[in-house]
Amino acid sequence: MTDPLLQVRNLKRYYPIRKGVIARTVGHVRAVDDVSFDVYPGETLGIVGESGCGKSTTGRAVVRLEAPTAGSVVYDGTDIAGLSTAKMRRLRTELQMVFQDPYSSLNPQIRIGELLAEPLIAHKRLDRTAAHAKAAEMLETVGLPKLYLNRYPHELSGGQRQRVGIARALMLEPKLIVCDEPVSALDVSIQAQVLNLLKDLQGEFGLTYVFISHGLGAIKYISDRIVVMYLGKVMETATTAEIFAQPKHPYTEILLDAYPEPDPRLRDRQRIIVEGDVPSPANPPKGCVFHTRCPYTKDICRTESPPLADGVACHFPLEAAGR
Amino acid sequence: MHKRVEPEAGRSSARLMLRRFLKHRMAVAGLVVVVLMVLMAALAPVLAPHNPNQIFDKFEASPSSEHLLGTDSVGRDVLSRLIYGARVSMSVGVGAVVVYVVIGVLLGLLAGYYGRWVDQVIMRITDVFMSFPYFMVILILVSVLGPSLLTIIVVIGVLAWPMIGRLVRGSVLSIKQTDYVQAAVALGYRTPRILFRHILPNALSPIIVNATFGVAQAIILESGLSFLGMGVRPPAASWGNMLSEAQSITVLSSQPWIWIPPGLMILLAVLAINFVGDGLRDSMESRS
Repeated sequence: MTDPLLQVRNLKRYYPIRKGVIARTVGHVRAVDDVSFDVYPGETLGIVGESGCGKSTTGRAVVRLEAPTAGSVVYDGTDIAGLSTAKMRRLRTELQMVFQDPYSSLNPQIRIGELLAEPLIAHKRLDRTAAHAKAAEMLETVGLPKLYLNRYPHELSGGQRQRVGIARALMLEPKLIVCDEPVSALDVSIQAQVLNLLKDLQGEFGLTYVFISHGLGAIKYISDRIVVMYLGKVMETATTAEIFAQPKHPYTEILLDAYPEPDPRLRDRQRIIVEGDVPSPANPPKGCVFHTRCPYTKDICRTESPPLADGVACHFPLEAAGR
Repeated sequence: MHKRVEPEAGRSSARLMLRRFLKHRMAVAGLVVVVLMVLMAALAPVLAPHNPNQIFDKFEASPSSEHLLGTDSVGRDVLSRLIYGARVSMSVGVGAVVVYVVIGVLLGLLAGYYGRWVDQVIMRITDVFMSFPYFMVILILVSVLGPSLLTIIVVIGVLAWPMIGRLVRGSVLSIKQTDYVQAAVALGYRTPRILFRHILPNALSPIIVNATFGVAQAIILESGLSFLGMGVRPPAASWGNMLSEAQSITVLSSQPWIWIPPGLMILLAVLAINFVGDGLRDSMESRS
């Protein structure tokens, strides 16, 4: 196998909780707690998990919008976690991001054409005229007519704006794009269009994606491999086919089970009901973070945190237990 | 009236704002008055019937066809001085505001964007500035530096920036969290580009509104200073120092043509500018 394009190792991002007049740190929110994964060139790695599991923070750390508390993010041989601002600025052209909310990710004061040309001008790749020509070209690549170049973002629909957001991320010809819930804010009818666009662009430009979503549908459709996160930790990682055929972690099983079944004949099946809420990441449970809600909890789960071994972080992986 | 349904392509929020502003009647009226006053200041040599400093042999003369608003206690034409006085008020108003907006915006941008110790230092400086009795400090500084038009502009400008600074800092704090600023960081833009192209234009509305009211306040301040003799030095005409003649009981009780016109001009200018400010605020804030 080829070398990974991105290696995330023991990534941690803690947010201090401050209290009182002198802003004493009284604890930490462990948004991302010891996360490791690899992303290989040309593939799509899906990161899935419920709200607050740290998937977005992980994505933001990959493009250094978030400085990690500990751990390393090695992109193409360079650890970007501790890189200086100036050196990082040069690398940023290779790592781009597509944001969740297409209404807040485009500067309302700037016309679409200028918005797309700006990256090339700012990095002195092209002069103004050439940059605008390239912007027009890119706009058509993402499936929007050239006449939108003179429009302002507020004149476009959500789906159109998301296309502009994708086009902007492509302007600098990046290698890796982190898509942070790129379709979650869109109408269902538009979601498929945008997902297809992302897939087409991946083939055309040889892109590598880290695709973050809470929706299993989008993840299943676009990902080659999947990382399942819960409370800042990786629960399971495997290829998409493996995960959907045979989940090893109880959490993955529950996540898949909660996914609505489109076939009405299959709706009568027994469902696994999870009880309780997600514990606070400021005060995560001891032992396995999932033990408070896991239907198979045993004594060891309450005391010892299972390491990620063979793609699953569980003392009793489902396959082995034969359930 | 006929309404256009189809949206024009490429219409900026500025154009939409202008449309809303034009619906605000008092603001439009205020704007007309302000424009007229600016024209009056600019065209003073053409409009004024006499040289404002020329001394005629009849002083304290009541209005006549020769002197439409009479003459003052030294024998100068009140109308001409009133017209020239607009120059002082307009330049103090605009000049002081330009000075403090530039200082306030720069410091506010830095404090809001960099946060941490930069923010701490700048905010503590604004606290210090805001805890002085404003008018007294201006009086002292003007008397030390010597009263003149430039001194007043600089002193007001240097003392009045903390309000704008805080305003800008607050806007920056929220704007820097938006995805479009995050995108600008991810695209590898340099800080000046992010500050002046992506953050500042989106923080402009409250700055413009505040600056407009600031012009009115600066005009009042200048009038107050000139009234106390700490403003523009005679013989140069300013509405404030024209008013100061009303310190004499005789003038106040029996020669109203000397002090009512400058008083009215100050009132009118401040009122008009405040209406414009109201209109700007309403038309800018209704945008989400």
